Amino acid sequence: MSAYDHVIAARANDRPTSVDYITRIFGDSFFELHGDRRFADDKAVIGGIAELKGKPVTVIGLEKGRNLKERMSRNFGSAHPEGYRKALRLMKQAEKFRRPVICFVDTSGAYCGIGAEERGQGQAIAENLMEMMTLKTPVLSIFIGEGGSGGALALAVADEVWMLENAIYSVISPEGCASILWKDPGKTAEASECLKLTAQDLFKLGVIERIIREPKDIESRLFDSLKNLIAETFERKSSISPEKLIEMRYNRFRKF
Amino acid sequence: MPDFFNFLKPKNELENQGGFAENHPYIPEELWIKCPVCKNAVLSSDLMDNHKVCPKCNYHFRIAARQRIEMTADEGSFEEMDADMSSTNKIGFPDYEKKLRSAKISSGENESVITGTAEICGEKTVIAVMNSQFMMGSMGTVTGEKITKAFEYATANSLPVIIFTVSGGARMQEGILSLMQMAKTSGAAKLHSDAGLLYITVLTDPTTGGVTASFAMEGDIILSEPRALIGFAGPRVIEQTIRQKLPKDFQSAEFLLEKGFIDAVVQRKDMKKTLAKLIRLHKTETKEEVRSE
Repeated sequence: MSAYDHVIAARANDRPTSVDYITRIFGDSFFELHGDRRFADDKAVIGGIAELKGKPVTVIGLEKGRNLKERMSRNFGSAHPEGYRKALRLMKQAEKFRRPVICFVDTSGAYCGIGAEERGQGQAIAENLMEMMTLKTPVLSIFIGEGGSGGALALAVADEVWMLENAIYSVISPEGCASILWKDPGKTAEASECLKLTAQDLFKLGVIERIIREPKDIESRLFDSLKNLIAETFERKSSISPEKLIEMRYNRFRKF
Repeated sequence: MPDFFNFLKPKNELENQGGFAENHPYIPEELWIKCPVCKNAVLSSDLMDNHKVCPKCNYHFRIAARQRIEMTADEGSFEEMDADMSSTNKIGFPDYEKKLRSAKISSGENESVITGTAEICGEKTVIAVMNSQFMMGSMGTVTGEKITKAFEYATANSLPVIIFTVSGGARMQEGILSLMQMAKTSGAAKLHSDAGLLYITVLTDPTTGGVTASFAMEGDIILSEPRALIGFAGPRVIEQTIRQKLPKDFQSAEFLLEKGFIDAVVQRKDMKKTLAKLIRLHKTETKEEVRSE
């Protein structure tokens, strides 16, 4: 598979979205929480509390929607500042109640628009980066589809970052890169290669800790094995003191 | 309106001579300069005397990082840190070495930021100044590293940090490693903040993308130069996304002030004394607290 094949696979409309992961991993235990308490409830971000093998967790996901109607209401997974602020509110809540945080990332990027700028898209993302770095509870981010730049990073200042085999994570979209650098959107495949945005490349660069294999029948085994992996990881992290956890997280990003 | 992707456009003659990118006037010595905003001709020496601000319309010309340091730091007080650090092509991006070479030549600097310690009206501080002449101030790993080290030094030595930002955002030639600088610098800013220390950002034209979405917006106090373009997405990207023209002055410093995202718009001529005043106001409080413990 070429890098561009991964880009296509990561964006495929029939790919499971955050809602699918939440439903299949946490089932009925998931209780959705809405709003950033400042401006609105951004539907591009879904968040709430759930139970994982008997223990409470905070779950946050960037949600693209599973059909056209949903995609429109969720702004195709591109969050506004209020979406990032909702995510931060839920993370702070998780810290208060000492439960771990799991983030599912799937976005082409933070939304670019008038409202987003007026309400401080840059400031909202910056605040998440800063606050997540010293959150006194374990944070795990799983890239399930697209990981578009700062809009993805705002949910990925985590102790561990995992990626699905066909997920991508990049500083700029390959289309954007091709048109800026070569003035030629036709060179998207070439740009995909150059950006080193596949899970394999990112693993080699030390940006992610784990690649999650995607079985042919993605529905069948993926969610159960992922559920076990998440539970085991949080179990391991639970014995680490908050101070040590923050130090490790800082060093995780300090090395780049 | 300034276009932050200018640095990616083909080089023009002026840039080859070591001047500014195409939309932004190169200022040779001993000449009349046409202000790009009011179109009035201004004597170059008058412009220099006026902190490179148009005396007719108050347009703040972009200035090089060294000049900014000269304007801000007490004479002879600036001591540079990590001056020799320079970027390498870590992900093997096509033509990146070539771009770096020409950026070094046109800016006369090794990277898009200069860091160090300085005194401002006698107040000691860590200072970082970004440089629009180096790949439009884009954030590569060395940019992020120098800023992170500056924060860590300030935290270890209980000093304030002042950063003048100017940036087109992340440096795509470094791929994901550029994105990681946003998290790294934010982490360093957070530890500095948790130590009870003061961080002031001064946003200058233009500050966009990954720099806006990280350390530029993390200051305890956020100042800006008049009419600077400040945003997350560049105006062209927004116009392409929403398929409509943006209102005039959208994303200007004054617009951000109105929306509540910056503390004050400060004239260039007042910047030094404003920074000194702010440092002093924080110094008394924190030092006394420490002493009384």
